Amino acid sequence: MSLPQSFIGRIIFIIEKYGMSMLKGAGTTLVIALIGTIAGCIIGFIVGTIQATPINKKDSILKRILLRFVKIVLDIYVEVFRGTPMMVQAMFIFYGSAVLFNIHMDMWTAACFIVSINTGAYMAETVRGGILSIPDGQTEGAMAIGMNHFQTMLYVVLPQALKNIMPQIGNNLIINIKDTCVLSVIGVVELFFVTKTVSGAYYTVFEANTITMAMYLFMTVVLSKLLRIIEKKLNGPENYSLSTTDTLAYTSGLLKYPSKEEQHEKEYNRS
Amino acid sequence: MKKSIIEVKHLKKSFGNHEVLKDINFSVKPGDVTSIIGASGSGKSTLLRCINLLETPTSGEILYNNEDVLLSKNIPSYRAKVGMVFQNFNLFENMNVLQNCMIGLTKVLKLDKEKAKKESLFFLEKVGMLPYVNAKPRQLSGGQKQRVAIARALAMRPDVLLFDEPTSALDPQMVGEVLSVIKSLAKEGFTMIIVTHEMAFARDVSNQVVFMSDGVILEKGTPEEIFVSPRNEKTRIFLDRFMNY
Repeated sequence: MSLPQSFIGRIIFIIEKYGMSMLKGAGTTLVIALIGTIAGCIIGFIVGTIQATPINKKDSILKRILLRFVKIVLDIYVEVFRGTPMMVQAMFIFYGSAVLFNIHMDMWTAACFIVSINTGAYMAETVRGGILSIPDGQTEGAMAIGMNHFQTMLYVVLPQALKNIMPQIGNNLIINIKDTCVLSVIGVVELFFVTKTVSGAYYTVFEANTITMAMYLFMTVVLSKLLRIIEKKLNGPENYSLSTTDTLAYTSGLLKYPSKEEQHEKEYNRS
Repeated sequence: MKKSIIEVKHLKKSFGNHEVLKDINFSVKPGDVTSIIGASGSGKSTLLRCINLLETPTSGEILYNNEDVLLSKNIPSYRAKVGMVFQNFNLFENMNVLQNCMIGLTKVLKLDKEKAKKESLFFLEKVGMLPYVNAKPRQLSGGQKQRVAIARALAMRPDVLLFDEPTSALDPQMVGEVLSVIKSLAKEGFTMIIVTHEMAFARDVSNQVVFMSDGVILEKGTPEEIFVSPRNEKTRIFLDRFMNY
């Protein structure tokens, strides 16, 4: 089978011949990006929450020292992984763990691990910002009904922070889809790796990369639309239904008067 | 004589060099409705926030059933028994009306869901917010939010309720609906401490009125003593300004 002359013809030729392996590569890219983003978010939430914990003067000395120590360690983690390229981190961790600790990670583990901790470092700061964006009144309201710091965070502050940082999580997912291509340096067979192989086989660099461009774009556009829908879901329903009549706010005009059945039902429920 | 449920002794609070509360002393007995009045910046809200330990006092004692809560190791369990209603409502924005009331019952008091729901609905009905159980706080008017906030505090079945200017963020019409709820609670014998600018309401509802100015209590007594025949010159000027407004 020889290579067609026209540009379109060559693209069809590549799709016919390598379409399956490119799709497989795209699948790998997608899975690594998704796992990395989800795990990264979990890391980010834990690290960000700890970073946003105020050190209270009334706490015992041991607790204060421990908290300060943990904060310093986490600071170093965030600075190192935000401050170095993921490609270098990939080499460093993949080959470093083999040489220093004799840990031979398989490609999948290594890929997911690297993307996760990298995303986690970015997410930590995002989550910290999200927590700071929630008004103090929310925390005070929670404290006033007797919640401790942990409960306040878990039930009141973090759910609201999550909603505020959803756009940034979407950003990270899209960045991860694109940036997994650097993992080809440690031999992960994702979309970019496949593309390199394909373009090398027939010297069709332009054509192969055109297809790859389209595939990346398709993935990112679909996912960003999907994230928008999730974001909307998090906002909750726009409307609500009144279950009975508000007896004190007759003038507000919001209420519907209950039908006889509904009133009857109310009486029934009360008894 | 009944024992005090809350007793504040020599309470002081400074923010940096600024002394907001200077030697505050007063006590509240079960069933008392205490109104704290005074000009803005006189330390009323800070005093109330100190009682709930949202602010840490610089020195002094706050006795709850004769135990100093400032020495207490378990502040959350104390707060669960002392309800607080805020000027800005502070409803949890991520929950609907019912969840706002239930969360404290299920997570702090560890009631089971069914019981918590029953309790919450009972108190939401009391404040006339039963129709809105499914609404989110942002879908409610100010007065409605405040009534939910009151139900949330009541559902915890606290021994004392603290109100921090509960109507200051509301328009006159909504003020009425909130005040009528608080009045009905007073009739039922709830112990309450209310910081307010509504003088007529304070006179009606309370049996003890505290007048604060510049971080000290200038005068305290029954509503008649304070509103009809104030002994202190500053109290008189303050009340004159309010009544003639």
